[in-house]
Amino acid sequence: MSSTDSTAPVPGRPPGPARPAAAGPQTAHPPGASGAVPADRPGARTRRWARRRRLGACAALMGPFFVLLVAVFLVPVCAAVWLSFFSDDQPGLGFGPERTVFAGLRNFEAALTDPTFLSGLGTAALYCVVYIPLMVLCALALALLLDSGAVRLRRTAQLSLFLPHAVPGIIAAIIWLYLYTPGLSPVIDLLHHADVRVDFLGVRMVLPSIVNIAMWSNLGYNVVIFYAALQAVPREVTEAAVVDGAGPVRTALSVKVPLVRGSAVMVTMFTLIWSLQLFTEPMLLSQATPVVGSRYTPNMYIYDAAFTRNNYGLAAAASVVLLVVTIALSYGLSRWSNRTADTSEGDSGER
Amino acid sequence: MSAETTERTRRTARDRRTARRHGRPTLLGRGAVNALVGLSVLYTLLPVLWLLLASTKNRDALFRSDLFSSGDFSLARNLSDLFAMEGGIYGRWYVNSLLYAVLGAAIGAMVSVACGYAFDKYRFRHKEKLFGLVLAGVMVPPTVLALPLYLIASKTGLVNTFWSVFIPVLFNPFGVYLGRVFSQGYVPGEVLEAARVDGAGELTTYFRVALRMLGPGLVTVFLFQLTAIWNNFFLPMVMLSDQSLFPVSLGLYVWNSSAVVTPDYYPPVIAGSLLAVLPLIAAFVLLQRYWKSGLTAGSVK
Repeated sequence: MSSTDSTAPVPGRPPGPARPAAAGPQTAHPPGASGAVPADRPGARTRRWARRRRLGACAALMGPFFVLLVAVFLVPVCAAVWLSFFSDDQPGLGFGPERTVFAGLRNFEAALTDPTFLSGLGTAALYCVVYIPLMVLCALALALLLDSGAVRLRRTAQLSLFLPHAVPGIIAAIIWLYLYTPGLSPVIDLLHHADVRVDFLGVRMVLPSIVNIAMWSNLGYNVVIFYAALQAVPREVTEAAVVDGAGPVRTALSVKVPLVRGSAVMVTMFTLIWSLQLFTEPMLLSQATPVVGSRYTPNMYIYDAAFTRNNYGLAAAASVVLLVVTIALSYGLSRWSNRTADTSEGDSGER
Repeated sequence: MSAETTERTRRTARDRRTARRHGRPTLLGRGAVNALVGLSVLYTLLPVLWLLLASTKNRDALFRSDLFSSGDFSLARNLSDLFAMEGGIYGRWYVNSLLYAVLGAAIGAMVSVACGYAFDKYRFRHKEKLFGLVLAGVMVPPTVLALPLYLIASKTGLVNTFWSVFIPVLFNPFGVYLGRVFSQGYVPGEVLEAARVDGAGELTTYFRVALRMLGPGLVTVFLFQLTAIWNNFFLPMVMLSDQSLFPVSLGLYVWNSSAVVTPDYYPPVIAGSLLAVLPLIAAFVLLQRYWKSGLTAGSVK
């Protein structure tokens, strides 16, 4: 389609390369047809006018979003980086600290040598190591089962699996906390009858308990993503495999799975990004069990630093560390997946 | 040409039938598959069912955890207790959540889909770099931004106001991405050309023609943003100290912390959770068609 090409980017309104005589309105509500322009060299004139109009419309359509992007994304990110280099002389005085001094890397040093921050990072890492593979494998397996054509009531099953996504994270955590609480929980009662005693909120079980809450909340969402990707696998490909004598399991594992690796990378990436932000579930569990301290995960550490200890510099430094770790890991993951995609021939069927 | 096509479709249809016959799992296999899927469905449904049953119990029955005894059905009492608790503040929280979520998602979806449409249909310098910035916004989770946002809000005096929660949740970079994908799929360039030839203005074309075609995409973006805002917990927790501005999620969190000390809080927390879950479940069941297409668009492209 013909559109305006090669002119400056949007929101700040570009200085046009050629400067038409008329200072046309930027946001186009142009009066009638473009043919109304006076008729010396009508072609060029009209075209230039049309281009301006289009750019103006483009700016008007993109403007609101980019205002938001600057206000609630770029400015805060820069503010966090800026703040992490300063510290308050009199912490604990409430908002708008009196004296703020340049601290260099001291905040980073303080965060990175703080054993509670490091153990928070460790908890997040352990959580990722347990949760991400489990999630990707279970979601993919369920999607393959749904795609196998053997499942009755496929749409109902899919909808039921998806249902927890509509349950807010904090409420999912509340439901499971109660299901983990002796006296309230029918699960513990049942296990009790079978003579099994589990302390879901004990030292050993609390991390698996949190993983379970996250699994419950997000499994169906990822199943739907994988299922959609599997539906896009051309039927000829799987049929060819079947004609070649591959059984359903073999078809699923060696034909379908390689074809949805793009989705697998995406699911892994988003799961990773969100796992590093772990906050809601442990925050709620910390109300009920002493095992989950107030600095259990990096985000809880940040919250604690900012609002319990009023040390904004430290909190900002910890935020920056977490942000850098998140970006580095997701960038590394996407680079790694691109490289393996180039070398493996399994991807050739896609696109 | 058409004869050839019909011949081909007929052939693939036949192949497909034979293939399906061969590729079908055996009876045993099918039983196992259904059992596995059934178990997973139970896993996702039972906790919600527990919430439903538990909200009909009074405090004592709750702790006896005999969920299926029908003797003391006190859903109505629980609900009236819920709305009477602490001067009826739960109703306030619910209205707040609706305001944040419905209004925020409506405005946010409009803004992001318009931007995604512009990314798709217009060309200008550094477009892909700018789009990369949008994608960076997808990669950076909102929780990282909450603390700096708090500091900015406290400098500008917005902290602990409606706006301190409402403005940040409007930002939805994934909506821009989806908007671009939907615009590619649903709005053919010829339609815009035709509108231009007819002399319609660019914005008029967008609002009168393109937006209508983008309808399903808009609903998808709206629905996911609605969920995200309704689920939002960290940002309100950071920004708000005035209980009358709380959304439901934060309010229930506060009540739950009281429940650990005073068990009287358990029934209202459970009933309140049930009420907070219902609108989203209803929205997802009713709008299935849309969000499924949204997820498909997001994952396949």
